[in-house]
Amino acid sequence: MTRKWLAVPLLAIACVSMGASAKEWKELRFGVNPSYPPFESSTADGGVQGFGVDLGNAICAELKLKCVWISNDFDGLIPALKAGKFDAIESSMTVTDARRKQIDFTDRLYAGPTAIVTRKGSGLEPTGESLKGKTLGYMQGTIQETYARAKLGPAGVKLRAYQNQDQVYADLVYGRLDASIQDKLQAQMSFLASPQGADFENSAGISDPLVPAEIAIGLRKDQDELKAMLNGAIKALHEKGIYAQIQRQYFGDLDLYNN
Amino acid sequence: MIELIQEYWRPFLFSDGESLTGLAMTLWLLVASLAMGFVLSLPLAIMRASHWALLRWPVQLFTYVFRGTPLYIQLLICYSGLYGIAAIREQALLEAFFRDAMNCTLLAFTLNTCAYTVEIFAGAIRSIPYGEIEAAHAYGLRGWRLYRRLILPSALRRALPYYSNEVILMLHATSVAFTATIPDILKVARDANAATFLTFQAFGIAGLLYLGLSFGLVAVFRLAERRWLSFLGPAH
Amino acid sequence: MNTSTTLFGLDLSVLQGYGPLLLHGTWVTLKLSALALLVSMALGLLGAAAKLSPLRLLNLPATCYTTLIRGVPDLVLMLLIFYSLQGWLTALTELLDWPYMEIDPFVAGIITLGFIYGAYFTETFRGAMLSVPRGQQEAAAAFGLGRWQRFRHVVFPQMMRYALPSLGNNWLVLLKATALVSIIGLSDLVKVAQEAGKSTFNMLDFLLLAAALYLLITSASNQLLRLLERRYNQGVRGLSR
Repeated sequence: MTRKWLAVPLLAIACVSMGASAKEWKELRFGVNPSYPPFESSTADGGVQGFGVDLGNAICAELKLKCVWISNDFDGLIPALKAGKFDAIESSMTVTDARRKQIDFTDRLYAGPTAIVTRKGSGLEPTGESLKGKTLGYMQGTIQETYARAKLGPAGVKLRAYQNQDQVYADLVYGRLDASIQDKLQAQMSFLASPQGADFENSAGISDPLVPAEIAIGLRKDQDELKAMLNGAIKALHEKGIYAQIQRQYFGDLDLYNN
Repeated sequence: MIELIQEYWRPFLFSDGESLTGLAMTLWLLVASLAMGFVLSLPLAIMRASHWALLRWPVQLFTYVFRGTPLYIQLLICYSGLYGIAAIREQALLEAFFRDAMNCTLLAFTLNTCAYTVEIFAGAIRSIPYGEIEAAHAYGLRGWRLYRRLILPSALRRALPYYSNEVILMLHATSVAFTATIPDILKVARDANAATFLTFQAFGIAGLLYLGLSFGLVAVFRLAERRWLSFLGPAH
Repeated sequence: MNTSTTLFGLDLSVLQGYGPLLLHGTWVTLKLSALALLVSMALGLLGAAAKLSPLRLLNLPATCYTTLIRGVPDLVLMLLIFYSLQGWLTALTELLDWPYMEIDPFVAGIITLGFIYGAYFTETFRGAMLSVPRGQQEAAAAFGLGRWQRFRHVVFPQMMRYALPSLGNNWLVLLKATALVSIIGLSDLVKVAQEAGKSTFNMLDFLLLAAALYLLITSASNQLLRLLERRYNQGVRGLSR
């Protein structure tokens, strides 16, 4: 009888593939939510591309490891990291105190202030008074959501949470949303640069402790070896000029690191 | 865990300060779509059980499409797909309708439950023993009065067990509403998960709430069956 | 000049290069459904046996299993199990001091769906097993057939006749539930259609295409079920169609 009950978990374990053991690094698995061009987005054949992806690949090249990119919902990235689904998160994840309680971060990868996108001429500012009664959208699980619910919702702004950033922009274009709140540069380089975003504009950056601008790679706690490896690689990228090269490719003369 | 409950019990149950959320929102979605679906399904069920192919086929096509495709796709079409059509956005009435996420969600849910309910009621209408109808004819009941006095009451009672099943399934189906930005139980659970990372607890609470609702509905239907189906014999 | 590819006269260029990806998504959906069906049928048979057993040790957990799973929405269970599964496996491997093992999201989807629908199949098979007259089992035992032989040659074929309508229904529900795996990130038909629609700004067409593909699969399933019913109802007098 006991044998029958073991059949199911054993069947499950028999199906899984064995990953590399943690001590000897052969590959580096990054968790990513590819709905944030130009930082992380999907390609037509199911792969990932973008500024963040290129930086990740450069880091792997520096460390002479194979890079593996695993897609995940943004708000599921941290639980999945803690469960061991991947080794690190590279998904334009901002370093916040709340997140620091759960996971560890490397040194800064780049800086990303938050802003809102609105229709040109609407005159809406990223404040509670200006947006009162209007509908604001954001991606679920982001710091922008935390900020919106803490500061803007109580001021009378109608809030809407979406599964991913593309859906936010889609509803913004359709008119369901009056404004959307996300990383300023991400909006600038993806939506506002596309034909869909021609009638929209970015606001000034929001400075608030709830929306810090530092973006880094997320790691599980007690992974000092990996953290040192990644920090060393990031430093090397700057010193060798590879960082500047990739940055110029995407953003021209903009300096993301010291933004 | 305690902080999770302390911080999220209100959103889970009825409100997060600004709008209806959680259990209250789920119940609203359920009741509204069931009510509208029920009302729509009565005339359609009569058409579906009709002898005339011209009445039967359109309804059959409707149920075939809506029962053969997942509710999630139907919801996506109503929310993301239809609003993208320029023709809809140019027409003032349609534009105002589809702009609201709640309208889109209720539309998709109502059509879906209507399709299943139509099949259930049509089956029940067809299963009425012909002897009852003959007796009614002998008494001079015809046309609309035949339906009102005999067919509909009888069919609805016979359909009760199957309809109760459909109601429970509809309750489960409402959990997909959060993809259309409706803040139901599952959305609150995801928020709690994102904030505290206590995955099992956050979704566990959601599961318990749904379980409670399911048990409640089963109890209600058992009472209904005792009241309305006792004429069928001791087993009911 | 339009050098478009055509299939049965339909212009395929409208798919704008997303054709192969859509096909792949459909294949993922089919594979997921079929494998989840196998897992849930296996679990269903086990569960039914447990629920029909006089032993409380088997009876009680099986009843809890079916009651809990059928009382909670698929999506909630999917999110719960999917996010927790890897964590539990990691805890297990750490406990046993094994190397880290990873669960592929596809496999996690199969396990999750199989586990959920195992409960529905438990009820199906339990009802079907109860419908087989007890005399059949007794006669088989009288002829000297062992337990496994009794099940395979006597109980199972007769049970399938009763189980088939409910089985077919569960299969269709399972098939439609696989549309939800796109929410947990698997690249199935729905997710691919959304991606394609988003990039080509033609969401409705791709969603309608996905719906049409599902309709095709459910129709084919219905035909198959009708054939199976005819096969398992051989020799049984029924209502004329």
